[in-house]
Amino acid sequence: MEGSREIPIWFFIGVLLSVYGVMILGYGLWEIVTGHLAHVVLARLHAPVWWGALMLLLGLFYLVRFRPGR
Amino acid sequence: MCPLHGADGHDRGKMLSMLTVPVLSLGISLPSATALALSAPSIAHLTGLDVAVIVIYFMMVMWIGYYLKSRANTSEEFFMAGREMTAWIAGLSFVSANLGSLELMGWAGSAYQYGILAAHWYWIGAIPAMLFLGIVMMPFYYVSKTHSVPGYLKLRFGQGSSTVAAVSFAFMTILMSGVNMFSMALVMKVVLGWNITFSIVVSSLAVAAYVALGGLRSAIFNEVLQFVLIWGGALLVPILGMIDAGGWTGLKTRILHDFPGQDYLHLWRGLGHFHDNPMGVHWTGIIFGLGFAISFGYWTTDFLVVQRVLAANSLRSARMAPVIGSFFKMAVPFIVILPGLLALVVLHNPNGSLMHLVGEDVVSAHPGMGLHSYNEVLPLMLVRYCGPGLLGLGITALIAGFMSGMAGNVSAFAAVWTYDIYQPMLRKNERDEHYVAVGRWATVLGVVVSIGAAYLVMHAQGIMDYVQALFSFFIAPLLGAILMGMFWKRATRAGGFWGLLTGTVTSVSLWAWVHFDPSALRLVALSPDAKDMAENMYRALWSLSITLLVTFVVSLYTSPRPESELNGLVYGATVLPKEESVAFYKNELFWAAVAVVVFVGLNVMFW
Repeated sequence: MEGSREIPIWFFIGVLLSVYGVMILGYGLWEIVTGHLAHVVLARLHAPVWWGALMLLLGLFYLVRFRPGR
Repeated sequence: MCPLHGADGHDRGKMLSMLTVPVLSLGISLPSATALALSAPSIAHLTGLDVAVIVIYFMMVMWIGYYLKSRANTSEEFFMAGREMTAWIAGLSFVSANLGSLELMGWAGSAYQYGILAAHWYWIGAIPAMLFLGIVMMPFYYVSKTHSVPGYLKLRFGQGSSTVAAVSFAFMTILMSGVNMFSMALVMKVVLGWNITFSIVVSSLAVAAYVALGGLRSAIFNEVLQFVLIWGGALLVPILGMIDAGGWTGLKTRILHDFPGQDYLHLWRGLGHFHDNPMGVHWTGIIFGLGFAISFGYWTTDFLVVQRVLAANSLRSARMAPVIGSFFKMAVPFIVILPGLLALVVLHNPNGSLMHLVGEDVVSAHPGMGLHSYNEVLPLMLVRYCGPGLLGLGITALIAGFMSGMAGNVSAFAAVWTYDIYQPMLRKNERDEHYVAVGRWATVLGVVVSIGAAYLVMHAQGIMDYVQALFSFFIAPLLGAILMGMFWKRATRAGGFWGLLTGTVTSVSLWAWVHFDPSALRLVALSPDAKDMAENMYRALWSLSITLLVTFVVSLYTSPRPESELNGLVYGATVLPKEESVAFYKNELFWAAVAVVVFVGLNVMFW
């Protein structure tokens, strides 16, 4: 499938993970900057920052690795 | 009952039966989200960021469906995705079609209730069957070039058996799709306060659109996307939960301290007798009933999952796909069972006391007391750890799970309806374009009928009590017919047909017997202490045995087909295509062996 002209599913996944990563990482950074932590358990661990960053990195990897026309 | 008002006890009662089958803030709330909410109290409240995450997901699945519409012009493309899927895509789709959100939430609730015993449904109740499908059965499905499981029965046993299997599959698939649709909408109502009709219409229309546009290829692509989302949205809960509980050692210590005398952490130790474990099951039922009759019946003959593997681009990919899927299936308890166990010790009431979740009947009997049911474990854990954005991601994971399951149902229904009912019985010799059009309309029709079934269930609660039993009526007999057809050259058409029919009648009869005379349980399930799950396991085992026996006996007294006609259909009469040799790490047998080692290791670890 990846060998055909079709855009691979992994590219779509890359797009979605990247967008989500930016949104969640952005919110996590906003939390740190403003000090307004969400009212959840273990908020001090800043899960949105590292989980968002992880999603963004994974998404970028898929975006580049499976970009159309590669 | 008006479906649009309040998440009352009646609704919750219904959710119980549906989920237990075998079932915040950036500070900005968008007006549209507010408009969706009802006055009923809900567990979670979404922010604008959460709503944006959900909306983007819907945009993405529609984009994929629209993009792929030009790749679904022939019947082979529409129903079989052109048989172009790689092993990874087919394997992930194979698991994802089964990984519905109701299963996630239902089994998380079961883990809270019964402990790690619930993992049996992911390990012995799946892995051996998945590996058997990939290594042993797949060559026959794949080489025969059948479009469906009823299609295989037609090739092997003739139209009669195929029709019985196709009609029962089509009927049950649509009914299950409707049940799942309603259950999901109900969950969204209880968790988020969303309007039931809104949830049903939006999610089902999205599924109808992307499957009707892009066919199986679109369903599979979206299932892979949904699989990634399910993990991305749900994985954070056990990670943070383990930190919260002090790691595995801390979790064990706290469970032993808070629940003395109850065994939540062992898979096999309490299965010596029906009354030694809260599930009321016995190890023989788990191994032979769940691990063989039910599990093999579902994973090797249910077209909903087999269709994904049939879409693989080569025999090697088709064999590798279930093997790949088995590793992910073994990992699912990490995001389902572990949160249920963690909830036992980390969920607390506002006053600091340990929260005790209860059955839906208790919640229903005490409205307004703030009680939560077992089935709310995952949403409660999500709300505990996930703030804006992450909560939306978790909810999106649940929605994605629902949509992947529903897409699996309607795409399988469309194929079986077109190939196994419409084509042989209604319009035999039409052009290919005609059948593609029928498939598209069958997809839409399947969704519409599912919506009707959802509202039927909503207004007739009693149906839910029987749907799971109905579904189980067909699985084990179908397994018997397929096994005899695939591995015994002497099996005849009459044998297959009568075996399938008597097996199904046996299953229905046993169910009715226990239903009208509960004392019959000691005979059907071999113990008066057996509970529902044990009864299902033994009923499946009996009906499978009857199917095998009748097929065997009838075949001995009827004429078999010449062996030359069985090439590609039966073990021992089939010349399998020679596969080019590959490095060991690309070989399905190597990875199947690794899967067996991991499977055994997990069972020993949690013995």
